[in-house]
Amino acid sequence: MGFLDTLLGRTKPVQPKLDDLFALPSAAITLQASSGFTPTGSGSVCFRSVEGKTFSDIESDVRDLLNMDAGKPGGGLPVEVTRDSYGYTWLVSSHLSDELDALVTDLHAVNSALVDNGFGPQLLCTLVAFRDERERRLALVYLYKRGTFYPFAPLSGQERDNALEIQIKNALAEDLKIEQDLTRWFPVWGAPGM
Amino acid sequence: MARTRYAPDRGLTVRMTVTMFLLGLVFVAFVAAIIGILTAVHASGAAIVLVALIFGGGSAIASLFYSDKIALSAAGARVVTPQEAPELHAIVDRLCALADMDKPRVAIAPTRMPNAFATGRNSKNSVLCVTEGLMYHSNLTPEEKEGVLAHELSHVAHKDVQVMTVASLLAIVAGLLVRFAFYSELFGGGRRSSNNNQGGIPVVLIIMAVSVVVYAVSFLLIRVLSRYRELAADRSGALLTGQPSALASALTKVSQGMSRIPNEDLRAAEPLNAFYFAPAMKLTRGGSGGGGGGGGKSLSQLFSTHPSLEKRLEQLAKIQRELGQPTAGGLSAGPGD
Repeated sequence: MGFLDTLLGRTKPVQPKLDDLFALPSAAITLQASSGFTPTGSGSVCFRSVEGKTFSDIESDVRDLLNMDAGKPGGGLPVEVTRDSYGYTWLVSSHLSDELDALVTDLHAVNSALVDNGFGPQLLCTLVAFRDERERRLALVYLYKRGTFYPFAPLSGQERDNALEIQIKNALAEDLKIEQDLTRWFPVWGAPGM
Repeated sequence: MARTRYAPDRGLTVRMTVTMFLLGLVFVAFVAAIIGILTAVHASGAAIVLVALIFGGGSAIASLFYSDKIALSAAGARVVTPQEAPELHAIVDRLCALADMDKPRVAIAPTRMPNAFATGRNSKNSVLCVTEGLMYHSNLTPEEKEGVLAHELSHVAHKDVQVMTVASLLAIVAGLLVRFAFYSELFGGGRRSSNNNQGGIPVVLIIMAVSVVVYAVSFLLIRVLSRYRELAADRSGALLTGQPSALASALTKVSQGMSRIPNEDLRAAEPLNAFYFAPAMKLTRGGSGGGGGGGGKSLSQLFSTHPSLEKRLEQLAKIQRELGQPTAGGLSAGPGD
């Protein structure tokens, strides 16, 4: 925020950074090699809905767009839309576990639709789910405003496996832009798509 | 490529700029007057002015530096961890991620009245405090709570504590000068009278008169500025969440002092005090213009740090219309299909 903006008390809504999301498929390969976590094939985009019909129209357009390919080979399941208790909307896209590219393309379609309609600042995060053979859950969370990723490994209850998160952070340091500010690794308990 | 729906409010910007320009003007005039007086009759008042500057500047810096601690202890608030207040932290986490700002510390004050405030000298040291009343005892929906928190986070993002401290520096110094001049006249008048006898009016009295005027004018301007900062925070907060009407209904509920539908015995409600998100004040009708000195305004509104509820709701309704504007062309052929 510039000096003038401070003086005049205005904030420019932050536009999302989208491009770094495409680093995910190659990072997933590194992740599997180094720690045994494989993609579950599902992921979700989380955004803050804007009140009014304009936004809900865009929301349903996006859903229709993603569902066009559903059921076809590589098209994945129809998207699920959920509203969490904080008022954020999650669009969950489910593919086969080896279709990470298609998943990322789906997620990106949501981003572009919102950005093209001027609602880019409403994007909060994208989440892609992983599991290892011990059924431990892991998500890579992409923060749109920072263009960075962080790992989120929930245990039972509201506990996080911080050791695992740090381990994943180090494993992916080469492949992804990892969020260095740990205070921004906020927990997304019960996030749809995990 | 990305068109923005979040155009700045030009009218508000202009009004705020004019206010700050006037404050600056008063400041320059004040300094010029003091220098003029001092060069006309030397140094007798210089010591007083210097002391006032040092004290005023010092206290402003100190209040800025300790603003978070002072405010927290005044409210009896306690910084809470994510484990202690998971819901509150989760809302703040998400808002900070949306706004791409550093997360402030989060505190809870043991007050039943629903309210919130944010303070701190910079983004690293800021603290956001909500009352227990807002978080646990009000009938505010999660969206409305979020609106309140977004408003407070906007204060942090706008660096309102710093801006208002600088703005009030002048008033502090002028206020101190009045006091010092008064006391020095009271206790040291006899000694100085031989010094300034040319015109008959002692220098100290002139300084005092100038200071009184400066204090009064800058006090009013600061209040005007504060009201504009509130409107700016409302605006940014509403744009951040995308829910201007949630903020509007939160404002309405909080301004009632207690929820419209009380959850507890009304007799148990505490007196209205220390209102930060919305102050306890009577709704005054009229005075719709934006300027600083509308004739129809009541005195209480002129001195108020917050704009009237009506004005705030009016602005939020405008933002709601802006956000709802249909997109030209709609969702054209989506990417990658």
